[in-house]
Amino acid sequence: MDAMSSSAMLSEASSWSRALVKISPYTFSAVGIAISIGVSVLGAAWGIYITGSSLIGAAIKEPRITSKNLISVIFCEAVAIYGVIVAIILQTKLESVPQASIYAPESLRAGYAIFASGIIVGFANLVCGLCVGIIGSSCALSDAQNSTLFVKILVIEIFGSALGLFGVIVGIIMSAQASWPSKV
Amino acid sequence: MYGFEALTFNIHGGYLEAIVRGHRARLLTAADYNNLCQCETLEDIKMHLSATEYGPYLQNEPSPLHTTTIVEKCTLKLVDDYKHMLCQATEPLSTFLEYITYGHMIDNVVLIVTGTLHERDVQELLEKCHPLGMFDSIASLAVAQNMRELYRLVLVDTPLAPYFSDCITSEDLDDMNIEIMRNTLYKAYLEDFYKFCQKLGGATAEIMSDLLAFEADRRAVNITINSIGTELTRDDRKKLYSNFGLLYPYGHEELAVSEDIDQVRAVMEKYPPYQSIFAKLSFGESQMLDKAFNEEEVKRLCLAFDQQFHYAVFFAYMRLREQEVRNLMWISECVAQNQKSRVHDSVVFIF
Repeated sequence: MDAMSSSAMLSEASSWSRALVKISPYTFSAVGIAISIGVSVLGAAWGIYITGSSLIGAAIKEPRITSKNLISVIFCEAVAIYGVIVAIILQTKLESVPQASIYAPESLRAGYAIFASGIIVGFANLVCGLCVGIIGSSCALSDAQNSTLFVKILVIEIFGSALGLFGVIVGIIMSAQASWPSKV
Repeated sequence: MYGFEALTFNIHGGYLEAIVRGHRARLLTAADYNNLCQCETLEDIKMHLSATEYGPYLQNEPSPLHTTTIVEKCTLKLVDDYKHMLCQATEPLSTFLEYITYGHMIDNVVLIVTGTLHERDVQELLEKCHPLGMFDSIASLAVAQNMRELYRLVLVDTPLAPYFSDCITSEDLDDMNIEIMRNTLYKAYLEDFYKFCQKLGGATAEIMSDLLAFEADRRAVNITINSIGTELTRDDRKKLYSNFGLLYPYGHEELAVSEDIDQVRAVMEKYPPYQSIFAKLSFGESQMLDKAFNEEEVKRLCLAFDQQFHYAVFFAYMRLREQEVRNLMWISECVAQNQKSRVHDSVVFIF
């Protein structure tokens, strides 16, 4: 009864919304999990190479900067770890539902919640990794010329890495309420 | 897209940019120059320089030092830095780095041709050439009799070939022609470099436009001042000015008709960035003009390092190093000729 009334309501909508609704919630969930880990790692890698190339070049003339500036690389790496954690959490939220209720509103909601959570975490970590990477590169070059600047620029990096954390928090809250319809 | 270069610059240019900034941090400071200015002999200069980056290059020189040796070894350091960066660079940075040396190539060509005209030995001339501007067939420049042969025999294979289209004539080479040739080549080179930087876009284009515009304007003023009272006609003079820069086109019109220094000053004072340069000179004096221009150039080159993720830092570093070598040459000459009171006439402090 529920399924019939919902699909009757939707048949007046445009054909695109009908097409979107017919995509299985499992697809959305799986793509969300993939984006959460894939795009986070993209952001982390991007940030690490931006920092790393400047760090290596600057360390040739000033070898003392290497150990301190690895912190920038660690901040970028943390972004990838956030992505992995959220991906693992999301995949534990995936459940099988009986054939009849795959397109039930509850199932669709759960699928969309996991998808959104994945996108939130993935793209927040992408920009966070980029931000920390660019700041880390400038930090290495400034530290090589004037060692008193390092701690000040580190504060900027800490604020930058908070962006990824915001994404993780919201993503976990989104996925916490992804509940599939119970098997009846 | 301007503003987003930080995302992709470091893929190819990050390592070299960090290296060039490391080199820049090792340029001589005002304290070093003060120490050097107080030296009594060239041996003292060598001792002071041994604590700087020039140490390894000067330490094996035998005892009666000459100023030319000091200058030669210091230039060698610049060449080594440049070659290290060039072999690590990929396109388009490698083309950019090569463009920086074309000015020296032009100077070398003119040096050899002038020297041959005055019956000097080719080997002696080759030793005086700037090492950054050497190319393979440079020795055969001594054979050419006029410009067409010069082009056909030697220069068509070099990167300078496209700059010759404006100045191939069949006249025999003499002093006047050679100076005109030098300035025509340099004009074509600056315009080509400017177009290349515009094509690169982003921060490189913006910063290099400013630096090259200053170079073009400086050369226009120098050409004007040097050709006052010679047989160079006004039209010929105007043809030697580059067509970009702050002075283009109205300033060039006025400079072309200037007949003495005060008229040049009147023209330049209409442009606020150059007003401060000419304000330092009192009326009728032109010896300090070079130093004033050098100071302004050094100020702009140092500003290029304030922004990250662009290629202009390489150009700025090469120019600052050259200025430093010029400073060292002036200091060494003053010390060797016992004229230390004139040392500060031409030394430009970088930091």
